[in-house]
Amino acid sequence: DDKLLSEPLSHPDFFNVKELFSLKDLFDARVHLGHKKGCRHRFMEPYIFGCRLDQDIIDLDQTMQHLQLALNFTAHIAYRKGIILFISRKRQFCHLVESTARECGEYAHTRYWQGGLLTNAHIQFGSGVRLPDLLVFLSSLNNAFQPHVAIRDAAKMNIPTVGVVDTNCNPCLITYPIPGNDDSPTAMELYCKLFRMTIIRAKDKRRQSEVFDELR
Amino acid sequence: MAAAVGRVLRLGGRWSAAAPGGPRAQMLRLIYTTTAVQRKNAGASGPEKYTEAFIKKQIEEFNLGKRHLANMMGEDPETFTQEDIDRAIAYLFPSGLFDKQARPMMKHPTEIFPEQRKIQWGEDGRPFHFLFYTGKQSYYSLMHETYEKLLSVQKYQDQLTAQDLPPQKEKRENICDILNRNLAGSRWLTKIELEEMLLEKLSDDDYSRFIQLLQKLMTLPCGNIEEKYIQKFSKVVPAQLQKIVIEPLKYDERGVAFSTGEGKRKTARATAVVYDNGTGKITVNGIDVLHYFPVLQDREQLLFPFQFLDRVGKHDMVCTVSGGGRSAQAGAIRLASAKALRSFVTEKEVEFMRQAGLLTVDPRVKERKKPGQEGARRKFTWKKR
Repeated sequence: DDKLLSEPLSHPDFFNVKELFSLKDLFDARVHLGHKKGCRHRFMEPYIFGCRLDQDIIDLDQTMQHLQLALNFTAHIAYRKGIILFISRKRQFCHLVESTARECGEYAHTRYWQGGLLTNAHIQFGSGVRLPDLLVFLSSLNNAFQPHVAIRDAAKMNIPTVGVVDTNCNPCLITYPIPGNDDSPTAMELYCKLFRMTIIRAKDKRRQSEVFDELR
Repeated sequence: MAAAVGRVLRLGGRWSAAAPGGPRAQMLRLIYTTTAVQRKNAGASGPEKYTEAFIKKQIEEFNLGKRHLANMMGEDPETFTQEDIDRAIAYLFPSGLFDKQARPMMKHPTEIFPEQRKIQWGEDGRPFHFLFYTGKQSYYSLMHETYEKLLSVQKYQDQLTAQDLPPQKEKRENICDILNRNLAGSRWLTKIELEEMLLEKLSDDDYSRFIQLLQKLMTLPCGNIEEKYIQKFSKVVPAQLQKIVIEPLKYDERGVAFSTGEGKRKTARATAVVYDNGTGKITVNGIDVLHYFPVLQDREQLLFPFQFLDRVGKHDMVCTVSGGGRSAQAGAIRLASAKALRSFVTEKEVEFMRQAGLLTVDPRVKERKKPGQEGARRKFTWKKR
């Protein structure tokens, strides 16, 4: 059992998430497109490649690295049977995110965030509830263009976060930020597809390893 | 501080932090009770949760008690229905209480204990529903499903337009039928009914959003694909008018057609028998109308239904009336005669009578006097000092 859990940690990319995406895929899905110069957040400047006709372009090389780290981390969490909660407050992609979560067998929250969901969980849900082990933000702003409350709450409750940060977002409290576009439908579909494939891959690998152990 | 003092005064020292209130109260001999300890336990978990084992036990006890009750009443335990139980309980425990729900009752536990949601997560702590962490999982899953239906209808529409087929097809009549049906006889579920269906509390905003989504789904051209789904959330409202049955005319020994009607007003109750081929003679309690109602206003009230239908001198009427005062008796006879005249007259004229207010019972009764006031509304004279 110990070997089952410690073996994946020895490899840098045990689940081979690098092969799921390429730079061309990211470019075709318009992940590099950011908002206008005026909307730029100060802390996103390191991730921005440049500015063309007032529109920020995100550096896709950095996005590749961050995406690989984030997907690897998600895969490890899924391998260890953790609870993953997808969050996005974009009304356009609410249905897409919920369907993705349902297909993975994980959970989603694309609706109004009630204040005490993470911090006051034992009273909201009942005692003995298990909180999510990872929050995945497919858009880290809420409908008022402010950072989502769940980022701060997850930091308070020591829950790691993975988040797609656009040029107008604050990447500070997110453990694995992924600089990229969160407004285009193609980009969102790409992220959903990638997360779904990593989680399913990790869960299948876990089931296989358990079966091998039992056979031995 | 007060709790600590309370604990010190307890004898034997046999106490635990999470012991229930009942046995503990019998064990200790406090000099004064403290509310600090009780305050910690109250309001922690919300409404009481009934475990499945508890409900099962209640059902077994109910069935056993039903058989005992049947034996007590001398009836067959196998064929003892809920109505028999209610009658037996009312016989054995007569109660003069006004509120029916305050009287002793013996009903199946599923009716007494409200349906509650069981524990939402499995042994490993993972919740069963994928929207568990939103807080309102049933409502949001309902919205998700309805939106999915909307998307599928739009996809179907797109397919039809891609194949150059008209979006309505031959199902145009169905849409008209649905709309007509909705105008005449169906309504959406109310908020309370939806709450019962979902076993969750909803806010007014949530409810109105859901209804708007359903209406949007319904108004799409190809919305009738999802008719079955929409019907789950609509209820049929039977038209009130069709419920009233107009009795046919009866014929007495002389071959004259007659019909009866009953009416009431305040405390007066009246029955009227209206005969055809008459001269306009009216008898009340065996006395002629001129002697019984000396005041013109009352006689006018009696004549109003006949005058409305232009049948003033054509019918005879014999009525009996009791209770109430002068005006109330006149109003009661008026209603009774109007109801009797329905059998003589076409449906259109019945509708005219209904719209004129001749067929409605006047609900006004004397308002009760309230304490602290001189009458129903009149207050005592206000004195400045």
